[in-house]
Amino acid sequence: MTELLSLDFMQRALVAGLLTGLAAPAIGTYLVQRRLALMGDGIGHVAITGVALGLLTGTAPVLTAIAVAIVGATAIELIRSRGRTSGDVALALLFYGGIAGGVLLIGLAGQGAATLNTYLFGSLTTVSPSDLWVVVGLAVAVLVIAVGLAPQLFAVCQDEEYARVAGLPVRLLNVLIAVMAAVTVTVAMRTVGLLLVSALMVVPVATAQQLTRSFRGTFVAACGLGVAACLSGIVTSYYADVAPGATIVVLALAGFGVAAALGAVVRRRRGTTAPVADEPDPEVVLADDPHQVAGSHRHDHHDECEHPAVRHGDHVDYVHDGHLHAAHGDHWDEH
Amino acid sequence: MTASDPGHPTTAVEVHDLSVDLGGRLVLRGVDLSVRTGEVVAVLGTNGSGKSTLIRTIVGLLPAARGEVRLFGTPVPRFRQWQRVGYVPQRVTAASGVPATVQEVVSSGRLARRRWFGAMTAADRAAIATALDAVGLAGRRRDAVAELSGGQQQRVLIARALAGEPDLLILDEPTAGVDLTSQAVFSDAVRTLVSRGTTVVLVSHDLGPMDALIDRCVVLRAGRIAYDGPPHATQTHAHVHPHGPEDDTPGWLPS
Repeated sequence: MTELLSLDFMQRALVAGLLTGLAAPAIGTYLVQRRLALMGDGIGHVAITGVALGLLTGTAPVLTAIAVAIVGATAIELIRSRGRTSGDVALALLFYGGIAGGVLLIGLAGQGAATLNTYLFGSLTTVSPSDLWVVVGLAVAVLVIAVGLAPQLFAVCQDEEYARVAGLPVRLLNVLIAVMAAVTVTVAMRTVGLLLVSALMVVPVATAQQLTRSFRGTFVAACGLGVAACLSGIVTSYYADVAPGATIVVLALAGFGVAAALGAVVRRRRGTTAPVADEPDPEVVLADDPHQVAGSHRHDHHDECEHPAVRHGDHVDYVHDGHLHAAHGDHWDEH
Repeated sequence: MTASDPGHPTTAVEVHDLSVDLGGRLVLRGVDLSVRTGEVVAVLGTNGSGKSTLIRTIVGLLPAARGEVRLFGTPVPRFRQWQRVGYVPQRVTAASGVPATVQEVVSSGRLARRRWFGAMTAADRAAIATALDAVGLAGRRRDAVAELSGGQQQRVLIARALAGEPDLLILDEPTAGVDLTSQAVFSDAVRTLVSRGTTVVLVSHDLGPMDALIDRCVVLRAGRIAYDGPPHATQTHAHVHPHGPEDDTPGWLPS
């Protein structure tokens, strides 16, 4: 172990892994809360084109990947917020375009499948010192925003319409979440790789919420699990000589399996496997039943009219030619 | 009805000649409505009459196709004092993809008053505690919202609006499908606010225990105001028949 820590590239890989393990579940918690768990996957696909552009033009692939991922993530968010049915197809086009464009450009740049693989599934030896500074800077920025703006981001992800009425700049915050996800994808690119980055955003969150009840608890636990999966995955990857992305995600999934089993036991003991139903009361049933509105009705029933009043649960019915009339808001119902 | 002066202190909501278009269909047609501060107004009507659309346009969630809405004298697109408005949306569910506690959801009610990157103040904490007390959920503040019953989840959303200490409370179907205990808790909470001078606008199918609190009823029919006046008239004097012939409609205001 000391031998492993004395290697420069392993030190860099572990620092990158630590920050990735914190940042990916942090932004992932917001994505899962909005039910956009697969957004990271889409951004990862688009970022492949960014990496390829860097290789083709001789620029650092981290920088071109960030630029393309941010553009892609913003496009995804804008398509999503339009909410049209064709948005689904538009997103699919963007994802496939990203991955196909990336493979095409990498081929043109004269790089083979081996280079592509290091970006798709991570690589311990390729985190250069300059890469590391970019990764540290970006991961810290993502974490500061994810923690500092937690109340605002929570509100937008939890109930977007309420957030608008509270006067929050909802569109700006949505784009901010998309940009943070894009930045995290490129931060995680060297550790877990672009194809598996989304797993590191989602799996620790899914694991944490097996055992938590609060948003804050889920957030903190997911970050802890992400760090544990990243660091242990990187060490395993060194000894087993396999791509770190695979070991990190397999370990994270194993953690999910354990937590799911534990969660089932805990919930059974608490006796809260399902939300408690409301106490049944007749009014709820009446309100939900399709009711029959009395047709042309010239007469107003009241206490002193000639129609006998019948107390009926929470309201009064009036006997009217052999059937009952009950006041309902602005009209009379047949009861 | 004329629009009041900007900053007019006695008008909380001013709707002038409002038409709203939803996907090519005119859901509201030329609606005029003025709510004075301290008034409690119920917006009634059948499904599809436009009452939810009216509420959602008042809080700025839907754009006006024609006419305008003013809150406290300022047209809604330029309105910035959202801390004065408490909004309770029609409940879908208070739960989301990640568990959240009752306290966390209610804390969102303070956002219009909080600075970005700022910590919660003592005033924030006090307002949240008071709101939880008002809806009888103080003992459940650490529980996950998803574990609560439907009526309790609705109470969470009401507490979130109360936590902002609003001058104007706007509620969309707050008692639909809610158990009687929650309805009673809810009408008590609203009664307390009203006694402090809060303006309340609520949309409802049937008022239930709210009935006694209402100053005024507005009945919408097919996107127009069919009645605007004291509450009991809508039920015992000028009740509206959606399918009745024109001569069967005494007491309607001409629309």
